[in-house]
Amino acid sequence: MKLSVNALNSFYGPAHILFDVELDVAEGEVVALLGRNGAGKSTTFRSIVGLVAQRSGRIVFEGRDVTREPTHAIVRAGLGYVPEDRRIFTDLTVEENLEVGRQPPRAGAPQWTRDKLFTLFPNLGEMRSRLGGRMSGGEQQMLTIARTLMGNPSLVLLDEPSEGLSPKIVEQMAHAILTMKKEGVSILVSEQNLHFARLISDRVSIIERGRICYRGTMEELEARPDIRDAHLAV
Amino acid sequence: MSFYVVQFLSGLASAASLFLVASGLSIIFGVTRIVNFAHGAFYMVGAYLAYTLTEQLAGTFGFWAGIVLAALAVAAIGVVVEMVLLRRIYRSPELFQLLATFGLTLMVEDLVVLIWGPDDLLGRRAPGMRGAIDIFGQNLPTYDVFLIVLGPLVLGLLWLLFRRTRWGILVRAATQDRDTVAALGVNQKWLFTSVFALGVFLAALGGALQIPRDAVNHTMDLRIIVDVFVVVVIGGLGSITGAFVAAVLVSELNAFGILVFPKISIVLIFLVMAVVLVVRPWGLFGKPEAPARQMPGLTVRPWRPLSVNERLAFLVLLIAAAALPLFAGNYVLTIGAEIAIFAIFAASLHFMMAVGGLASFGHAAYFGLGSYGVAMLAKFAGLPMVACLLLGPLMGLIGAVVFGWFCVRLSGVYFAMLTLAFAQIVWSIAFQWVEVTGGDNGMLGIWPDAWVATPATFYWLSLTVAALAVGGLRWLTFSPFGYALRAMRDSPLRSESVGIDGKRVQWAAFVVAGTVAALAGAMFVYLKGSVFPDNAGIALSVDALVMVLLGGVETVSGALVGAIVYKALAIWLVSYTELSKLVLGAIIVVMVVAFPKGLVGMWEVLQARYWPGATASGKARRAEVAE
Ligand SMILES: Nc1ncnc2c1ncn2[C@@H]1O[C@H](COP(=O)(O)OP(=O)(O)OP(=O)(O)O)[C@@H](O)[C@H]1O
Ligand SMILES: [Mg+2]
Repeated sequence: MKLSVNALNSFYGPAHILFDVELDVAEGEVVALLGRNGAGKSTTFRSIVGLVAQRSGRIVFEGRDVTREPTHAIVRAGLGYVPEDRRIFTDLTVEENLEVGRQPPRAGAPQWTRDKLFTLFPNLGEMRSRLGGRMSGGEQQMLTIARTLMGNPSLVLLDEPSEGLSPKIVEQMAHAILTMKKEGVSILVSEQNLHFARLISDRVSIIERGRICYRGTMEELEARPDIRDAHLAV
Repeated sequence: MSFYVVQFLSGLASAASLFLVASGLSIIFGVTRIVNFAHGAFYMVGAYLAYTLTEQLAGTFGFWAGIVLAALAVAAIGVVVEMVLLRRIYRSPELFQLLATFGLTLMVEDLVVLIWGPDDLLGRRAPGMRGAIDIFGQNLPTYDVFLIVLGPLVLGLLWLLFRRTRWGILVRAATQDRDTVAALGVNQKWLFTSVFALGVFLAALGGALQIPRDAVNHTMDLRIIVDVFVVVVIGGLGSITGAFVAAVLVSELNAFGILVFPKISIVLIFLVMAVVLVVRPWGLFGKPEAPARQMPGLTVRPWRPLSVNERLAFLVLLIAAAALPLFAGNYVLTIGAEIAIFAIFAASLHFMMAVGGLASFGHAAYFGLGSYGVAMLAKFAGLPMVACLLLGPLMGLIGAVVFGWFCVRLSGVYFAMLTLAFAQIVWSIAFQWVEVTGGDNGMLGIWPDAWVATPATFYWLSLTVAALAVGGLRWLTFSPFGYALRAMRDSPLRSESVGIDGKRVQWAAFVVAGTVAALAGAMFVYLKGSVFPDNAGIALSVDALVMVLLGGVETVSGALVGAIVYKALAIWLVSYTELSKLVLGAIIVVMVVAFPKGLVGMWEVLQARYWPGATASGKARRAEVAE
């Protein structure tokens, strides 16, 4: 397994948010974590990369237990994280934003250079010295993914990459994610948008009120409209 | 004409050091969000070390090597401080960080006197720059020319560093959003340490470069830190260009202010700062900040008025205190009166800070105004004591009305800095307006009327005033006004939406606190028989903060306990050791790191843990502790 999450419980102050969450991602796979608003998708991702202080469980990445490691060490081990709210450095240019994400090449993970990323996201290539704060939402979303890829991760957590994007950009995004997969990046992606998830994922887990309530392949889920209607907003 | 040109150029030369120190402070603040009060101390140590090194190392090369080595050595000290102290308090409220670094400053002040002695030291002149150049018949020292060039050069180098290097890009990114930088695999600890080292290096370099111009002494830290605060606040915290522009502005104001308004040259700078802050609260080149972090855990513990038993206990304590003259000597009674007066002062700051969420760094302004109000009434109008005590504090009230109006427009660090600036205005008026205030010599011979002239009777008077003042503030805390104030503190938006005029409520609290502080200042004059500018000094403002924090800012009665413990300790230290600042500084540092909840807060936590049934709200408290 590339990544396995066992018995993950997370808290914000006194509020218990995640209950025994189990997830795994195999080498080269795209897994979607589906769930409604507030189901706990972002909390799951933030817990995996060590941004939620109060958590228990076990997170194993490439055979190494990273549960107790600080965020920057987990990310350096090759686990890239793309936050939901994008978090672009608005005072930095596109190229400078990419520079912040840059890490040395890593054995066993695809390597990304600026030029390669500008081919993947042609829009970015046309605005290399534009300030992050002057980009549209879709451009920012691409930049935040590109920035994480500059760290040459072997697995990426993508938190709702399609949120708030126009249909045309969503299509580009799906294409980019599939290219990442082809290059050999494993991906765990959270989504509310089933149509988007359908375009990119191999397997699916559904989370509801902090608990994983369904696990299967994309085809299996397609065959179960009842589950889809019960747990997802369509 | 040529005179003015030279005056202008020498202003530019002074701007160089100021810029170095201010840019260092700004860079550190940008990334770590710490306003490093110890920056002046690093500047001073840089000067002292440069003095020693340039004496030891011979020749031109030796001189410049001495300057650079001094700055590097201080940067290394900075690294140690960052790793040992600051890393523990990055998540603490801003005020605690300001205080911890202030504690450090106190320690350094005593240490440099221990090492280098109390006298001014005259450093070596820069080799090859001892002469002067002729500008239209006026002399400008060659060294000044060097400094004039150095300022923009350093600005350019810093610009390259932040624009063209990976480290600089990471620092700029962290200035904006340090969590995301960590989530991209950057080790923040290392980044913070290196940023701190650079900032301290710049401060120390600024100090080291001063030695050919100025004598080195152990008070240069406070002088520079006030100027630097002004510079970064005018320029905008976190902006290097802003620091440069503001350093030039402030230095030129200094250079020309002396000519135009010799009496109020210091005031001029603070006036400019106040105007900038009101027009652009985040400074000329700064960016509006996200709302400041909350004051320490203010919303945690439910406050309530004292129960009947607790009131009785207080009454018993008060009676016990009133019985002190029966068995204590005059010395103890004088100390007792001083403690009572400081309890008033601390309680007034506590009211503003804990109840109002307004952490003032210049509360001594009102204490000082009260003192001078009384002194002037007594000296110039010849009024009797009671009239003076009643009317004198009005000067504090007026000061608080004016200054408070500006201050409540800001919050967080900027509020703290503006209050500090106003306090420095008061201090510098007291210091410079010699005809009226006597300047540094103070105003002497103001003694209480005969009926309270003995230590015992004056002690009783102080105790009575303290009991009334503290009781009154407590009553106000639980009055509708107090509730509105707390509502503003906890959620400004929500309380404005239910119709509370937040700024007005905070302004009123500011005025109340200022007036009560002025009352303490008024009493203090009669205790000492004199007034000095230090009655409005930074040290006194910080004393008040320490008292409140020592007692516990989250508690209602913390200020009282803090004032008693701290004042007793300070008096004891001064009489038993030469190194009172060293010890006091160390206590502040330890307190901030180890007991951020203060003495009363700690007591409540312990009480809740070991005697959960002891108080009415024991259960609620235990639940909080269990978290
Ligand atoms: N910082 C926080 N403090 C307290 N509770 C939080 C915090 N962040 C999220 N929550 C709560 O945790 C639960 C899970 O939130 P989370 O953001 O993980 O959901 P999500 O599935 O990502 O939702 P969305 O689709 O809206 O992004 C929600 O009930 C939310 O209210
Ligand atoms: Mg989310």
